[in-house]
Amino acid sequence: MRYYLDFEKKLEQYERRLTEIKKFYDVNDPHYAKEVDSITRRIAKIEKEVYGELTNWQKSQISRHLNRPHTLDYINALFTDFTELHGDRRFKDDTALIGGFARFEGTGVAVIGHQKGKDVREMAYRNFGMAHPEGYRKALRVMDMADRWGKPIITFIDTPGAFPGIGAEERGQAEAIASCIFFMFSLNVPVITIVIGEGGSGGALAIGVGNRVLMLEHATYSVISPEGCAAILWRDGTKGPIAAEALKPTSDELLKLGVIDEIIKEPFGGAHRNWDVTFTNTKDTLSRNLKALMGIPGEELKKQRYEKFRNMGIFEEGKS
Amino acid sequence: MGFFRKKEKEIKPHKQIDIQREIKKAEKDESLWIKCSSCQELLYRKEVERNLHVCPKCYYHFPVSTETRISLIFEKNSFVELYGKIRPVDFLKFKDTKPYKARLIETQESTKRLDAMVCGKGKIKDIEVYAAIFDFSFMGGSLGSVVGEKVTRILEDGTREKKPVLVFCASGGARMQEGIMSLMQMSKVSGAIYRLKSLGIPYITVLTDPTLGGVTASMGMLGDIIIAEPKAMIGFAGPRVIKDTIKEELPSGFQRAEFLLEHGMIDMILPRKELKQGIYRILSLIL
Ligand SMILES: [Zn+2]
Repeated sequence: MRYYLDFEKKLEQYERRLTEIKKFYDVNDPHYAKEVDSITRRIAKIEKEVYGELTNWQKSQISRHLNRPHTLDYINALFTDFTELHGDRRFKDDTALIGGFARFEGTGVAVIGHQKGKDVREMAYRNFGMAHPEGYRKALRVMDMADRWGKPIITFIDTPGAFPGIGAEERGQAEAIASCIFFMFSLNVPVITIVIGEGGSGGALAIGVGNRVLMLEHATYSVISPEGCAAILWRDGTKGPIAAEALKPTSDELLKLGVIDEIIKEPFGGAHRNWDVTFTNTKDTLSRNLKALMGIPGEELKKQRYEKFRNMGIFEEGKS
Repeated sequence: MGFFRKKEKEIKPHKQIDIQREIKKAEKDESLWIKCSSCQELLYRKEVERNLHVCPKCYYHFPVSTETRISLIFEKNSFVELYGKIRPVDFLKFKDTKPYKARLIETQESTKRLDAMVCGKGKIKDIEVYAAIFDFSFMGGSLGSVVGEKVTRILEDGTREKKPVLVFCASGGARMQEGIMSLMQMSKVSGAIYRLKSLGIPYITVLTDPTLGGVTASMGMLGDIIIAEPKAMIGFAGPRVIKDTIKEELPSGFQRAEFLLEHGMIDMILPRKELKQGIYRILSLIL
């Protein structure tokens, strides 16, 4: 099912017609060929209008676009032999945060990521990608195995945040997240984090302490969602667009701040417009970064990771 | 959907404790009487102060200033402040209802402090420790670059000097005005805690009312030993956010220190008057 964000709606009728023609008619028929040609040009023109200059708010919406590829889509496209592991051995299996082992270009790696859903049923099953403490404890368990077995760890960030609920608090959401972050500083294997969609606060960072942090061009990564920020600072949850401008959660801003290392280019308009291009770009970038980290001694990887995060922060120091 | 979606005024869910107002009342208002925000009792200010800022009627622990905290925990004149000249920068040019820059200047003037934290070295009886103390009166004790840097330095000092590190938390969570950089402070601090713990040096946290969001989910819950003050609100998500999400009433006592103790999330609750002795006893047992 194809979804259109409000500002993308102009594209809908043309793209629907295009799909229809391709599905039901012979595009070699000159009559339809002509229409296809004209619609295609039309779409290209509208695309420029729609995606030419995206605001931070539009990027926030694209980062959580329903048609955007999610963690499992990347795993299926970029990895082979994915073997999912379940459960935290304490309470339950969290379907909002998945993990396991797989092969990337022949190399055995651990893969961990938040998992959102594509439709209402799957969204509910995945709890909208909002993990409970069990998700983080499962992630920690997978990371621990990877560390002991010398396997690199690839994490995919795509969550609105950790789930705010009674059970989550009772079972130590804060402790689970803190422990995950803490544990990532102990890892002697390469860790690469990719922010693929929505990077929402502590629930995102919990699996985000990478030697390299990569980010899709239209992904967002922030301390709080624009809506959440607006609700607090403006006391008005509908002021999300203004908050998105203020928070600057976009890849170019994060690169400037040194929070991420590299931006993965998306197809024009966003990953949802062309999955294949998105996967190819992601695979190339991941491959290059993984190769650069392989062979670095564990202690050195640990030190690099510490120093990378140690240096984050902007302040002044001097005479008061 | 972030977990910092509370405002200072929303921290108290069931009981009408307006901490922000309490601080203003307790520290600015010179009047003789103070109203307990927990039991609503009108109390004689001097009596509350003499009682270590604890309500004599209901036992609510009022937030205290960093100066009071230092005097309650450390030997007289033993506390030496460190890194007192680190100041915040408005690097995002963040503006909500007020520019961050103006907010900082205003808060710095009213609190006589550069940011929400005091760090230093001090003695608890004969034991030397490094400590970081949140100042809730400064923008709700929010975690930004300055707080993150100061805690990290104190942790690195403890690591280098092989001295225990104590963090006294009081915070609404991350400082949104510093965007993603406030989130990164959680990882920065946790990395420093990892190094301290790797050397077998004790790390103790004291969670006071309130400790929420990114502060709980990093330095707060990473304590080897975690102590809380009675009735302190401690959690990841703020109660308002949880209520809005699950659309249910929250159980009574939810996210209070006693609730966390019951659920195995903290080691003990110590009333303010026993806190120093309690910390000392722990340190003398493990050092
Ligand atoms: Zn009272």
